[in-house]
Amino acid sequence: MSDSTEEVRAYTVRLELVDRPGELLRALEPIADHGGNLLSIFHERGNVTPRGHIPVEVDLEATPERFEAIVDSLREEGINVIQAGADRYGTELTVVLIGHIVDTDLSDTLDRIEDASDASIRDLSLSTPDGDAGESSARVRLAAQRGAADAALATVREVAEEKGLRVVEPLAGDAA
Amino acid sequence: MRIAILGAGAVGSSVAELAGEYGHTVTALADSRGAAVDPGGIDVETALDRKEREGVVGGSDPEDALAGAYDVLVEATPTTLGDAQPGFGHLRAALERDRHVVLANKGPVAERYADVRALERESEGRVLMEATVGGAMPVLSTIDDFGPGRITAARGVLNGTANFVLSRMAAEGLGYEHVLAEAQDLGVAEADPSFDVEGTDAALKCVILANVLARGDREYTLADADVEGIKSLPGSALELANEDGRTIRLIGEVSDGAVRVGPRLVPAYGALAVTGTRNIVQLETEHAGRLNVSGRGAGGPETATAVLADVDRLDS
Repeated sequence: MSDSTEEVRAYTVRLELVDRPGELLRALEPIADHGGNLLSIFHERGNVTPRGHIPVEVDLEATPERFEAIVDSLREEGINVIQAGADRYGTELTVVLIGHIVDTDLSDTLDRIEDASDASIRDLSLSTPDGDAGESSARVRLAAQRGAADAALATVREVAEEKGLRVVEPLAGDAA
Repeated sequence: MRIAILGAGAVGSSVAELAGEYGHTVTALADSRGAAVDPGGIDVETALDRKEREGVVGGSDPEDALAGAYDVLVEATPTTLGDAQPGFGHLRAALERDRHVVLANKGPVAERYADVRALERESEGRVLMEATVGGAMPVLSTIDDFGPGRITAARGVLNGTANFVLSRMAAEGLGYEHVLAEAQDLGVAEADPSFDVEGTDAALKCVILANVLARGDREYTLADADVEGIKSLPGSALELANEDGRTIRLIGEVSDGAVRVGPRLVPAYGALAVTGTRNIVQLETEHAGRLNVSGRGAGGPETATAVLADVDRLDS
């Protein structure tokens, strides 16, 4: 990576592939050729688009200029690039909510956190030792955009305060 | 050095007991009810015996201890908030006589730091306060050695009672009330544990850290701290944290000009997840990464060790 001083970032590319052998490999080659680092491939084999194509979501890391070259090269190869951009969710954070979580409409709580903070809820674990009526705890794992973890936390705090819930927050960044 | 000790609780008594070993003479030991005063050195054992039997350390007026002969006043009366009296008045009286003051009482430097420093500037005496943050741990002297300007942030576990409760709850799967009662039986928690479990004690220590790190650019008091305690934290919260490789600790933070204390998620086997009554302070240094100082954050002999280290610093 000596030709670029730009930071490597995470990107997601959504492709639509024609359903024939070798298509996936053909789509991945330009990524490797242009120095992208493949992180994951989500190949939705059973989920065919109305046009009979197969959606594939590729997560990769590259510098911004290399990423541009990758997308250009995919298009030159005639591969249908539906969407290409920086990964929406660069950071994850976990919080524990405590209180009358079920009574105060858990799904509404989660919806509002997602809506207001543009974060995505990746995982939820609920513990209601005294049944739905008592105090319970929920561990929520949120994916937020890079640099937006503080904003997501602020939203969690706001929604929790309104509903009378306690929030156990993580320590910021690499602390701990 | 001749030492006058105000406050004859666990810390004051321990300072009196250990002072001889450190080569110092205790010329007065006093609490609010009475005093033992002798410019040539009091008999510490007799004074502490008398306190045990009669509830007073001696027949003299506590004011005589403050006005008597000493080089260092050890202020170990209970921490009070707001005007920090009577501790602040004791400190003022000693500094006005150009005597040194070693604080174990957090009140004056948590609530009136600027006033303390102003009095110190007018005096030949100095004020040291290692014992106010983290008991036996050398936190303030480490900051002093590095230079407060080279420390960018501080955080840690600064209350042994709250940490005992949280670590027992996590390890044994017991409820808050159960573990708190156990802590009270063991003498780890006081009959009224609110100062500890509501986060006030940890917050006072963080405020003192903030004052030291701010180097006079800004004064902090308890009112500047955002404080949340661990009272009635359900066991289910610790269980959920544990399932995810984390645990919950009462963490105090001084960072970017803000002081914050509250229960936080930390890695279950990370440095901050100390167990029992152990404390830890992490300092972020400008050029040398992170520094952890861990040890016993409370207790008579532990805190007295920090007090006597300060006395030795004044002696050198």
